[in-house]
Amino acid sequence: MKKIINDPENVVEESLRGMAMAHADLLEVHLDPHYIVRAGGPDEGKVAVVSGGGAGHEPLHGGFVGYGMLHAACPGAVFTSPTPDQVEAATKAVDGGAGVLHIVKNYTGDVLNFETAAELAAAEGSQVEAVVINDDVAVKDSLYTAGRRGVGGTVLAEKIVGAAAERGDDLASVTSLCERVNANVRSMGLALTSCTVPHAGKPTFELGEDEVEVGIGIHGEPGRERLPIEPADALVDRLLNPVLEDLPFESGSQVLLFVNGMGGTPLIELYLAYARAEEVLRERGISVQRRLVGNYITSLEMQGMSVTLLRLDDEMTELWDAPVHTPALRWGR
Amino acid sequence: MAPGESDTAGGMATTDDVVEAVVRYAAVVSSHRQELIDLDAAIGDADHGENMNRGMTAAVQALEADPPGSPAEALKTVATTLIRKVGGAAGPLYGTAFLRASTAVQDRETLGPDDVVTGLRAALEGLVSRGKAEVGDKTMVDAWSPAVDAAAAAAGDGVAALVAAAADAAEEGMRATTPLVARKGRASYLGERSAGHQDPGATSTALLLRVLADLASERCGSDAGTA
Ligand SMILES: Nc1ncnc2c1ncn2[C@@H]1O[C@H](COP(=O)(O)OP(=O)(O)O)[C@@H](O)[C@H]1O
Ligand SMILES: [Mg+2]
Repeated sequence: MKKIINDPENVVEESLRGMAMAHADLLEVHLDPHYIVRAGGPDEGKVAVVSGGGAGHEPLHGGFVGYGMLHAACPGAVFTSPTPDQVEAATKAVDGGAGVLHIVKNYTGDVLNFETAAELAAAEGSQVEAVVINDDVAVKDSLYTAGRRGVGGTVLAEKIVGAAAERGDDLASVTSLCERVNANVRSMGLALTSCTVPHAGKPTFELGEDEVEVGIGIHGEPGRERLPIEPADALVDRLLNPVLEDLPFESGSQVLLFVNGMGGTPLIELYLAYARAEEVLRERGISVQRRLVGNYITSLEMQGMSVTLLRLDDEMTELWDAPVHTPALRWGR
Repeated sequence: MAPGESDTAGGMATTDDVVEAVVRYAAVVSSHRQELIDLDAAIGDADHGENMNRGMTAAVQALEADPPGSPAEALKTVATTLIRKVGGAAGPLYGTAFLRASTAVQDRETLGPDDVVTGLRAALEGLVSRGKAEVGDKTMVDAWSPAVDAAAAAAGDGVAALVAAAADAAEEGMRATTPLVARKGRASYLGERSAGHQDPGATSTALLLRVLADLASERCGSDAGTA
C-alpha cells in the first residue's frame, strides 16, 4: 500500500482537520464526534439537509456542505456508515426549527444508523424525515434483498434538494422533492482498478491488466461481472444502456447527464466518455439540458467511472441552476 | 452469592463472567481482525474486522470506565457502545442483539441455563427485527438461529453444555453460509458471485459463541452438565 497518510487509524480525522483549515470560510468541522456543518450556525426557520456515509467518497458528502446544498455531513470511518451519535449531533447542530431531512444512501448500515439517529433526535424534539437514495441499476431489486445501492444520484439529489431548502420550502415539500429526484434518477458504474482501504492495506479485489469490473458500487466491492477491457465508447454504452432501459428514458425526455470519476480516472478520460454519452442520448432523441463531469462521488483511488441520468422537470432544472457555494460545487454566487 | 464471585458448581453466569466474556471476545476479534476483513473484502467492503475490533475495544473500555452491577447492565453497556460508536451494519445489528439480551435478563443477578437461552433468543429476535434477514440469506442470522435452537434443546444440561451446543451449531451455520447466494447486506449486490464465500458476520457470531462456550467450560470444569 502506497498512500499519502501517516497512520491508517487517523486518516479520516487528519483529513477532516485539513478540510477545516482549507475551507474555514465555509465549514465548521467537529472532531468529537465527526461531523461537518456550515460556518455560521443553523439557518433559523429553514429546513436543514443532512447527509453522511462512509469516508472515502470525497468530495461526497463534506465537500457539499455550504450555501444551497447540505447543512451538515457525517463522515464515518472509510467505507463504513457513520454512527448514530454523529448523525444525531449534526442533526441537532443544524436544526433551525423547520425540521431536518436526512438523505441516506441505501446500504444496510447507513439505513440502520440513520434510523437510530433520527429516533434519538426526534426524542429530543427535532422533526426528522429521511429519504433513501437507491439509483444503482446494477443491482437487481427485489422484496427479498437489500435493494439497490445509492450512488451518483445522491449528488444530484443533494444539490436540488439543498436549493429547495435554501429558498424556504417546508419539510414535507423538501422530502417529497427528494423522493421525486430519487424516482427519476438512475446510475451504473465500472472499475478499471480496485482500491485499497487504508486499514485493510491491500486492494479489495484483484483485477487483471485487461479486465474491467462492471456494475460496481462505491466501496471497492466487486461488481456483477468481469469483462475484457473495451474501447471507451463500448464501455460507455455498457453503462448507459441499462440506465436508459431501466426508467425508461425515452425520446423527448429532458435530462441531466452526470459522468462521474471514481477517484483515479483523469478528467481527460471522463470528458472523452462524456462525449460518447451525450452523442448516444442525442441519437435517441433525449435532450441533455444540464451536465456535470468530474470526480464527485468516488471510491478512494479507484480508476473507473459511473454514468447517472436524471429526468428533469422545470422545478428540478430551476433548483439545479440555483446558486450554490460549497467546497466542491460552486456557481451563481 | 457475593457480587464478582463465580458460582462454578451451579453453572450460573455472574456479572464478572459476562464482563470476562466481553473482554475475551474483544481479544478474539482483535486476533481475527484481518481474517474478518478478508472475508468482507471478498463479498463486501473489507471493514467487518475493523468495525468489530473498534466496537469491542470501545465496549471493554466502557465496562472498565463504569463497572456494571448486573449481567443486564454489562450487556447494555456493550449494546449502547456498539450502537452509538461502531457504524456499518454490524454496529446496530450486534448492538440491538446485546440490547435485547440485556432487557431479557433485566432482573437477574446471575444467569442460569434458562436465562442464557432467553438472552440468546432475545438477541436473535432483536437482530432479525432490525435487519429483516431470514435463515439462508447469508448473514449472521445463519449462525445465530441454529445456535439458539441448539441452546434451547440443551437447556436441561446446564450453562456450559448449552453454550457448547450453541457454539457448535453456530460454527456449522457459519460454514453453511459458504455456498449461499446473499439476499441481505452488501454481499447481496454481488448476486450469484457471492456464492463460494463464508459470510463475515456469521463468522464473528460463531467466534462469539465459541468464547462463551470456552469460558463456561473453564468455569464449570467437570461440573458441566450438572446444573
Ligand atoms: N440485514 C441484515 N441482517 C442480518 N445481518 C446482516 C444484515 N446485513 C448485513 N448483515 C451482516 O453484517 C455483516 C457485515 O458487517 P459489516 O461489514 O461490519 O457492515 P457493512 O456491511 O455495513 O460493511 C455481514 O457479513 C452480515 O452477516
Ligand atoms: Mg463491511
